[in-house]
Amino acid sequence: MSTPKTLFEKVWQQHLVAEPAGEPPLLYIDLQLVHEVTSPQAFEGLRIAGRKLRRPDRHIATVDHNVPTTSVEDRLHIVDQIASKQVQALRTNCADFGIEFFDVQDASQGIVHMIGPELGATKPGMTIVCGDSHTSTHGAFGAMAFGIGTSEVEHVMATQTLPQSKPKTFRITVDGELPFGVTAKDIILDIIGKIGTDGATGYAIEYAGSAIRALSMEGRMTVCNMSIEAGARAGMIAPDETTFEYLKGRRFSPQGDAWEQAVAHWRTLPTDEGATFDREMHIDAATLAPAVTWGTSPGMHATIDGKVPSLDDARSDADRKSFAKAYEYMDLQPGMPMEQITIDTVFLGSCTNGRIEDLRAAAAVVKGHHIAAKIRAMVVPGSQQVKRQAEEEGLDAIFKTAGFEWREPGCSMCLGMNPDILQPGERCASTSNRNFEGRQGRGGRTHLVSPEMAAAAAITGHFTDIRKWKSAELNLATKQMLAEGGSL
Amino acid sequence: MVPINEIKSKAMPLPLPNIDTDQIIPKQFLKRIERTGYGDFLFYDWRYNLDVPDSVTPNADFVLNKPEYQGAQILIAERNFGCGSSREHAAWAINQFGFLAVIAPTFADIFFSNAGKNGIILVRLDDEQVKTLMDRSIKNPDHIITVNLEHQTVTDDAGFKATFEIDPFRKFCLLNGYDDIGLTLRHIEDLDKFEEKHNNEFWSAPKLATK
Ligand code: SF4
Repeated sequence: MSTPKTLFEKVWQQHLVAEPAGEPPLLYIDLQLVHEVTSPQAFEGLRIAGRKLRRPDRHIATVDHNVPTTSVEDRLHIVDQIASKQVQALRTNCADFGIEFFDVQDASQGIVHMIGPELGATKPGMTIVCGDSHTSTHGAFGAMAFGIGTSEVEHVMATQTLPQSKPKTFRITVDGELPFGVTAKDIILDIIGKIGTDGATGYAIEYAGSAIRALSMEGRMTVCNMSIEAGARAGMIAPDETTFEYLKGRRFSPQGDAWEQAVAHWRTLPTDEGATFDREMHIDAATLAPAVTWGTSPGMHATIDGKVPSLDDARSDADRKSFAKAYEYMDLQPGMPMEQITIDTVFLGSCTNGRIEDLRAAAAVVKGHHIAAKIRAMVVPGSQQVKRQAEEEGLDAIFKTAGFEWREPGCSMCLGMNPDILQPGERCASTSNRNFEGRQGRGGRTHLVSPEMAAAAAITGHFTDIRKWKSAELNLATKQMLAEGGSL
Repeated sequence: MVPINEIKSKAMPLPLPNIDTDQIIPKQFLKRIERTGYGDFLFYDWRYNLDVPDSVTPNADFVLNKPEYQGAQILIAERNFGCGSSREHAAWAINQFGFLAVIAPTFADIFFSNAGKNGIILVRLDDEQVKTLMDRSIKNPDHIITVNLEHQTVTDDAGFKATFEIDPFRKFCLLNGYDDIGLTLRHIEDLDKFEEKHNNEFWSAPKLATK
């Protein structure tokens, strides 16, 4: 028997092209995802050097960061000239270099980290990169996926490889059953809070344990998506029946015999019994509660029944300083109960929580209610596919009746690079992944939460414990939706 | 990248510490889609008078605009040059303006690696040595400095001689004009061989649906 290996180790070794002495190992990249913001200089670099794009078949491209979500018309004629130019540049570049491109109104357009899995382009055991830090999302399939800079994007285009120093391994095991109202988002926020926003720097994380196994692919993607917020190079989850079930029959998935052989290979990937990690951590799922961030980094959060922490709760002097700065920016007092924080805006979407399951969960909370007075609430499906599916299930009607705006797919208010931004001082319950100062617009105040918690806050106008959310009512709504053909 | 070894040129003195990448190239230029043309925006906020809207005129007091320093290929600055955001645009701007070497006591980490990837020699000398060169270039704009990468030396006609450290791998890349892509392409045989085998491992193909 060979020595037991981790999932990460197996994928790493299967992609080693060369290990030259005195240089970082050269890793083969199976798939590069391309979007409009970080690619133009990479394409130009190829042109300047007279280089070809080595493997167009290992690239797919779409537009997401810059595109307006207001209407189809606004997307086809983008008013912001710089954004429009970037979108047009990607169109031309993809045509010139032979990359399959999912344009603004293509049936498969969406946030780049949504469409990889939806198309079945993201698969177990692959190496996947993208000029975007949330590429870690794809690790949910047992792929090794990480974000890169523009020079590296060009490097992959030219060579389909990247020199990479090998990260260390870190297994986070979440065992037990998640309490009612606690989601994948709360798991990952809890982890980031525990280890810190640079706690996993230099590591590739593997999420394991029964609570992780019990998650759907959507939930697993939410967890892996935010690995980067803990500083990790990548986050991975071993492929299993849930993974195969999700991938079967997708557009780019293998078929027939090839499918069987692929599954056979994928079954060899999970970490072997007895394999060792550089670091381990255990979490008991039963102890988790719905989380709400109060500060300006994803690690700064409290449980919904908790309070904004005081300076005494800070673990270091540096933390104390950032706490003080965060109180001011967020306009919050230490000791304030989380449930008393009132909000102005609700954003449901992004590559963290813009999937069908997220929208179903939020719709189940919203059904039969109306958003509170003066609240602006929007649902931005992460992709065209999610939007279509949600509309088939009637979720759009539930949201619209409740007073939500129903938008076109894109990154939207996750990053404030398109027209969807917060005004200075505006307070937002957001299902996205970053609550940095100014992330959703200059002066905007972001609180990260799960889709269920965002939905409840929209109805009441303040953060609300979803575990107490008229549970009977919630269960009823869920049952009704199931009866109407949705699946939860 | 163009191979680079000896740079013999006058030097532009910029006697300030902590020059950050936002000063080197302000963030409005990050929205551009081009890889070239950043030289025009190098030190934008210092270089132009921006107080009068819609009329960008060169600031005659800033060293970059002084006729006597035109053509300098060496930039001299104080400690912690290139700190702040990771934007690679900073290295592009310096290189595209025409600088091939920057001399300073220390450089910020990310800028250091970005500069190496973009054909700029970063020369770390001690504070005293930097001050000597800085003073000579301020007094005499035509003062010629020679940076030799192969021998890792900095010299001038007035008897200055210093050696500097550089990572052997980075030196090798600069001397040969290898950018990271060029370097990887040295392993093209390994790559071709790997790819031939890997192409059959169809589970790794993003789009192959059948075998
Ligand atoms: S949704 Fe947000 S985090 Fe995800 S790719 Fe878009 S901007 Fe990045």
